[in-house]
Amino acid sequence: MNTPTSRAPLPATARRRRPVNVRRVVAWVLLALAIAVSVFPFLWVLRTALSTNGALASQSASLLPADFTFGAFKRVLGLQSPAEAVAEGGSGAAINFWLYLRNSIIFSSITTAGAVFFSAMAAYAFARLRWKGRNAVFSLFLGTMLVPPIFTALPNFLLIKNLDLLNTMLGMVLPYVFMTPFAIFFLRQFFLNMSREVEEAAMLDGAKHLRIFFQIVLPNAAAPLATLALLTFIGQWNEYFWPLLVGSQDEVRVLQVGLGVFKSQSPQGAPDWSGLMAATLISALPVLALFAAFGKKIVNSIGFSGIK
Amino acid sequence: MTTLTKTSAPAGNKQPQRSPKRRRPAGLGDLRIALLFILPAMIGFIVFYVIPTVRGVYLSFTEYNILGDPEWVGFDNYAAIAKDPLFWNSLAVTGQYVLINIALQTALALGLALLMHKVAKSTLVRGALLLPYLMSNVIAALLWFWMLDYQIGVVNQFIEWSGLSRIAFFGSEEWAIPTQALINTWRHMGYTALLIFAGLQAIPHHLYEVANLDGASPFQIFRKITLPLLRPVMVLVLVVTVIGSFQVFDTVAVTTQGGPVNATRVIQYYIYQRAFTESDFGYGSAIAVILFLILALVAFIQMKFLKGNESDLD
Repeated sequence: MNTPTSRAPLPATARRRRPVNVRRVVAWVLLALAIAVSVFPFLWVLRTALSTNGALASQSASLLPADFTFGAFKRVLGLQSPAEAVAEGGSGAAINFWLYLRNSIIFSSITTAGAVFFSAMAAYAFARLRWKGRNAVFSLFLGTMLVPPIFTALPNFLLIKNLDLLNTMLGMVLPYVFMTPFAIFFLRQFFLNMSREVEEAAMLDGAKHLRIFFQIVLPNAAAPLATLALLTFIGQWNEYFWPLLVGSQDEVRVLQVGLGVFKSQSPQGAPDWSGLMAATLISALPVLALFAAFGKKIVNSIGFSGIK
Repeated sequence: MTTLTKTSAPAGNKQPQRSPKRRRPAGLGDLRIALLFILPAMIGFIVFYVIPTVRGVYLSFTEYNILGDPEWVGFDNYAAIAKDPLFWNSLAVTGQYVLINIALQTALALGLALLMHKVAKSTLVRGALLLPYLMSNVIAALLWFWMLDYQIGVVNQFIEWSGLSRIAFFGSEEWAIPTQALINTWRHMGYTALLIFAGLQAIPHHLYEVANLDGASPFQIFRKITLPLLRPVMVLVLVVTVIGSFQVFDTVAVTTQGGPVNATRVIQYYIYQRAFTESDFGYGSAIAVILFLILALVAFIQMKFLKGNESDLD
C-alpha cells in the first residue's frame, strides 16, 4: 500500500487514467462483495419462489430453481387450491392477496396524496408567507420529527377506537393524511430557494396567494414534489406497525400485515417457503418497479434528505 | 442547518432596489392567508401529534384497560417498571441490538462510502446498495428468515460447506439479537453509506491537494482531514442509527416475537405486548414515556455535538 509520490500535482483528469493498481482492484472486489450481499437475497427469493417446497428440502443449495414451477405464484395469486399447494409440499395456508394488494394501494395512495398536498400548503406558508410566530410554529412542527411513532401510536389507537374507526380505511389513513413533518421540512427547503420574481410579478397583477400557489409554486416544484411523493409512497407501502394495530381485519389488511399473518400460519412443521417467498416478491414488486423507473431520483434524493 | 430562517431576512442579493416597497411589515402580514394554508397540516399536527403526546403522558399515570375509564394511580406504573425484570431485560436486549447496529452499520457504511468515493460514483452501484433499504422491514425479515433457516437455509449450507456447524440464528438465545441486528444492518448499510458518501463529496477538493503537496500519507489524510470534516455527518448518522435502532419492532414481530425465551423482547415489542395483548395501556404508556425520554436524551446529545462541529467546514 505505498503511495505514488508523483501524484500530487496531477490534475484530476490525469489521475483517473492511472494504470490499474492493487488498491483499486481490492477496492472493486470489496465493493462487488457488498453489492452481492445487497442483491443476492432478491435472486435467492426469486429462485425459491420458482421451486416446489418438496424439492427445496432436497436441493437446498442449488442456484437454480428446484423442480421449476409457477405454482407458488399461482398459489399466492389465488389460482391454485390449498390441496394443490399441499401436493407441492406446502402448508396449504392461504393469503388473500388481491384484497391486501387493493388495500395497500388505497392506503398508500391516499396517505401520499394527502400528506404531500397538505404539507406543500403548509410548507408554502412557512417559506413564502410572512407572519408572526412563523418560525416558532415551524420549530414545533419540526419537533414532532423527534417523537417516536410508538409513543403517539398508543393514544392514536385509542382515539381511532373511540371514534369507532378501527378496521376502517379512514382510521388507517387519518394520522398520515394531513401532513408528515418530514414532507413539510423537505418542501420548505425547496420553496425557500425558489425565485421570487415570477411570484412578485403575479402579485403586481393582483394574483392572490391561492392562485400563486396552484399556478406558479406547485408547477415549479414539480420535481421535488414528485421525489417526495415517491419517497412517501414507498414509506407508506412498507408501513407495518400502524396498519397492524388498526387494520387487523381482512377487509382493510395491507400486504405487509398479510405477509406476517401468512408466515405465522405455519409456525411449525413445513412452512410454505416458496409460497412465502413468492408473496414477498410480489409485495415488493411495486417498490422494485418504482425503483427501476425512478432509481436515479431516489438515489440522488438520499444525500438531500439526510444532510440538509 | 443554519438556513432555517433564511427568508425572513430580505433576500437583498437579487434586487435590493426593489425590495423596500415589496416587503410588507412583518406583524400580522400574511397571517390570515397563512392560517388557511396551514390549517390542514395544523389539524393533523394537533390531533395526531400534540394531543396524543399529552394523552400518552397522562395515560402513563393511570391504570387503563380500554374497557373502563383511566384511573389515576400516580407513579405506580413507574414504580412497577423499576422492579420489572422483563422491562430491564428488554432494555438490555435493545441496548445490545443498538450497540451491534451502531458498530457494524457505521463501520461497514464508512468503508463502503470511502470505496464509492474512491472507485465508483455511478448511480448503478449506489442503486444496488440502496435496494435493501427500499424494502420493508417485514420483507427483509421474511427473506432472511428463509435464508437463515436452520435446516434448509442457504446461509447454513454455506456454513456447513466451510466446515463449521450450523447456527440456529433465530432459535438460540445468544444468536437471536445479533441476527436481528444483522438483518437491520443489511437493510440500512447502503443507505447509511450514501449519507456518508454525500458528506465525503462535500469536502473541498483543494484540501486534499494541499495535503498531497505536503506529502501526507493516505492514512494521515484520512485521520487529519476526512474524519474531522466528516464528523457532523457521522454524528448525524450515528444518531439516526441509534434512534432508529431503539425502535426495532417489525422484524422481531414477524420472526421471533420476543423469543426464544425473552432474548428478543425489545422495548417496543414489550410495549406492544403490554398494551395490546394484555390491554394494560397505562403500563405500556409508561414504558413508552421512558423510551421517549431515552430518545430525547440521544437527540439532545446530538444537537450539542452538531453545534460544536458546525464550523468545521468553514
